[in-house]
Amino acid sequence: MGDKVSVEISKELYEKAKKFIEENGGFKDVSELVEFLLSEAISDEAETVGMTPEEEEEVKERLRSLGYI
Amino acid sequence: MVSRPHGGRLVRRVLTGRRREIFEAQSGEMPRLEVPLERAIDAEDLARGVFSPLEGFMVEDDYLSVLNRMRLSNDLPWTIPIVLDATREWLESQGLSPGDDIVLLYNELPIAVLTLEDVYTWDKRLHAEKVFKTRDPGHPGVEAVYKRGDILLGGRLELIQGPPNPLERYTLWPLETRVLFKEKGWRTIAAFQTRNVPHLGHEYVQKAALTFVDGLLVHPLSGWKKKGDYRDEVIIRAYEALTSHYYPRGVVVLSVLRMNMNYAGPREAVHHAIVRKNFGATHFIVGRDHAGVGSYYGPYEAWEIFREFPDLGITPLFVREAYYCTRCGGMVNEKVCPHGEEYRVRISGTRLREILRRGERPPEYMMRPEVAEAIISHPNPFIE
Repeated sequence: MGDKVSVEISKELYEKAKKFIEENGGFKDVSELVEFLLSEAISDEAETVGMTPEEEEEVKERLRSLGYI
Repeated sequence: MVSRPHGGRLVRRVLTGRRREIFEAQSGEMPRLEVPLERAIDAEDLARGVFSPLEGFMVEDDYLSVLNRMRLSNDLPWTIPIVLDATREWLESQGLSPGDDIVLLYNELPIAVLTLEDVYTWDKRLHAEKVFKTRDPGHPGVEAVYKRGDILLGGRLELIQGPPNPLERYTLWPLETRVLFKEKGWRTIAAFQTRNVPHLGHEYVQKAALTFVDGLLVHPLSGWKKKGDYRDEVIIRAYEALTSHYYPRGVVVLSVLRMNMNYAGPREAVHHAIVRKNFGATHFIVGRDHAGVGSYYGPYEAWEIFREFPDLGITPLFVREAYYCTRCGGMVNEKVCPHGEEYRVRISGTRLREILRRGERPPEYMMRPEVAEAIISHPNPFIE
């Protein structure tokens, strides 16, 4: 993992998140849950898919030829 | 926005450019492994991001982690091992070392290049117990595992070309559905997994989901079928008939997913959800006894397992079985209908098949007439 920075959240929300993890599992701690939720919320589709505009146009062309768009 | 790919990035591992030139120059000297269609399909699914973040067949660390914890070694949810088997005899004849490239062939056609990272053995009975919750070879998934080779090969792969696909025109890959959803402006998409023609129960479930999302991805699995199953092209024709007559324009994408079916019940329900997340779906419709077979799994096990994965990144939709209630006068489910069993007409897939096999139309409370027509007008709708 890269460098970490601190983020402040309310104590109440922190306690709720901790309880959520205790009951549901899946995350090591609140930091991991926060990191997961943040990355879900702000991810850039182009970045996650790794496609150039030219490639996107090629895909659109295929979709057009098949009648999907 | 549509779902992020599982693990953060969509895998794309198709051999192109300089790597392809090198492969073409050297492939004659590389070790070769002939694989069955199921593994060739796995290879294409891996390379085209269906199984993101997997970049190849699992190495032992990931395999054992998936078997025992239903998570990859990096803790990401994953429930069905994706493994490549070979025989001990083949391995001994090759003299392989980690880092070697192996050409995977299907019907003597080069499919993919596997860069070997790991060679290990598997305990097939333990595998069956963990994945299928039974060691009974009468279970089709277990039977298939018992027939596989004793050695597993792990490593990243690059696709040369997928195996021949008779439904290419209907096959969209994750990259394509993502562009399509973006083009349609859909932010929420419910995916519906099927291997059957649609009856009114399916329509009810899909429309219930569609009420709350922007679009519906009807995603039939194509591939291996058993005797008596509907042919893939019949399923497509039946869905085209349904959506063109009974769905508003532009709210449904019908596309085929070529992926192996394991009948692993609850584990496979989670697997199906993860895969649909990679296609961009934000919601996944989980049926009662999803991906089950016989009586190996409890009717709601496929729902309960999702509690173990709060970090899945796709929302499961648990929709109860729909039936026709003669007092309500329509399709309902037990959550919304107060009437007793004597008023409930359940839609039996077996009964539907019997009616259609005779070339007759089922009652309209079971199947739309246009759908029935699409099926019975096919010269041979069932696998023989």
